[in-house]
Amino acid sequence: MIEFTDVVKSYSVGTQALRGVSMRIEDGEFAYLVGPSGSGKSTIIKLITGELKPTSGSVHVNGYSLERIRRRELPYMRRTVGVVFQDFRLIQDMTVYDNVAFAMRVVGAREKEIRARVPYVLELVGLETKSRRHPNELSGGEQQRLAIARALVNNPSTIIADEPTGNLDPAKSLEIMSLLQEINSLGTTMLVVTHAQDLVERFHKRVIAINEGVVVSDGMDGYFEYEGK
Amino acid sequence: MKGNNFGYLIKEGIRGIFLHGFMSFAAVFVTVACLLIVGTFFSVIYNIGLKVEELNEKNEILVFVDETFSDAEAKSVGSDLALVKNVEQAIFIPREEAYEDFREDMGQSGAFDGLSTQTFRHRFRILPTDPQLLEETKAALLEVEGVVKVKVADDVVNLLTTIQNVVSMFSIVVIVALVFVSLLIISNTVKLAMADRRDEIAIMKMVGATNGFIRLPFVVQGFLLGILGSGIAFGAEWLLYNFMANQLVQMDGGLLLTMVPFTQLILPMLVIFAGTGMFVGVVGSFASIRRFLKV
Repeated sequence: MIEFTDVVKSYSVGTQALRGVSMRIEDGEFAYLVGPSGSGKSTIIKLITGELKPTSGSVHVNGYSLERIRRRELPYMRRTVGVVFQDFRLIQDMTVYDNVAFAMRVVGAREKEIRARVPYVLELVGLETKSRRHPNELSGGEQQRLAIARALVNNPSTIIADEPTGNLDPAKSLEIMSLLQEINSLGTTMLVVTHAQDLVERFHKRVIAINEGVVVSDGMDGYFEYEGK
Repeated sequence: MKGNNFGYLIKEGIRGIFLHGFMSFAAVFVTVACLLIVGTFFSVIYNIGLKVEELNEKNEILVFVDETFSDAEAKSVGSDLALVKNVEQAIFIPREEAYEDFREDMGQSGAFDGLSTQTFRHRFRILPTDPQLLEETKAALLEVEGVVKVKVADDVVNLLTTIQNVVSMFSIVVIVALVFVSLLIISNTVKLAMADRRDEIAIMKMVGATNGFIRLPFVVQGFLLGILGSGIAFGAEWLLYNFMANQLVQMDGGLLLTMVPFTQLILPMLVIFAGTGMFVGVVGSFASIRRFLKV
């Protein structure tokens, strides 16, 4: 569960990125976070992943209060949140298998667990036949699938996808969104940050629209309201 | 720590070494140079220390008897001397024997032909029980009736002690400077490896790796560089030490300056080399890691 209560975030340069954001995303829910560039979407993601602390207000993520979380607790909070980025952020000199296994290895998983879990996750994202390839041998869509597999492999309760289709053509974008929906249907909370209006319209889900650091609409038709339709 | 994690950390540590081969070579080279100097200073100080100890063991005190005392009176002073604390034995040396010893030491030089046995006082050679208490014993001996002068033959010891102190002070300065340089080089080597793997570190942080886990491969890298450097330096020091010992024997004939066999120094040398190598490696890598973990 993700809950923001009156969250204000100011940067040292004086910019106020968030001005009293309140929202709550329940366990197992699927939500889009939309808004123009500079609206505060990235700040919200950084607050959820613990890269930033709120200036005021409270942020709760999967049972952790991030405004007062201790530095040594952060890694354990992060294990409950998988993150997928627009630019994939894969390790190029590792194979598909190793990119996913790496995420397990660095949280101290046993090799036996890794050998059992990685093929399962690769199969889930449709990359089971490409486990020995390197990221640069994959298409953009496949690379994003790999990034999703890596986010998923430690079985987080929440996945944050930051513009996951930003570098993909419409067909691949559709595939990725379908995959994220499928993962959500297995019980993972999903927050997708996107500009892709067509995808938002196609998958009729909750939309939280933000502009100039304020939630301007929140609901099943939020994006349309925000766009002024 | 789980076994597979240990294997992973070692593997990553070794990978880090080869990622920047030249810097790793430089780090090992500087560590070797640093340890060679540390080891050489240590061996010099150690050997001088042994020599000082040895000379202290042989230390004797000469007690001169009032020249107005007759031969018999002078000899009888010995019984009083034997009662002084820390005196193990008081050996009487009549002035005639002292004169002969002097002439022998001077190589029968004609310059001393005018001297007679009367120029010399009767004396006693005192063997102390504890050579460390020479000053206290000297003061007590001066209190004995008939004693006019007490001489402790500690000139060489004092000289060697002074040399030992100077070398110690100098070596501390040099060692601190060299350890600092080694720290800097190892720190930079690890920093380069970390910069290369910045993306990997970001991913590790993102998926929830602890700072300790992220840090360990780099600490292992620094540790391995330090240990490699100390291993090479240890072997080189052994060779250098034997070379120095041989040279010294040839120069001095082994009279005053002798060096103990290296095998006698193996344990302290190993401790110094391994300890310094590990310290330099681990602390050097720690110093460079901190800023990469602030995510």
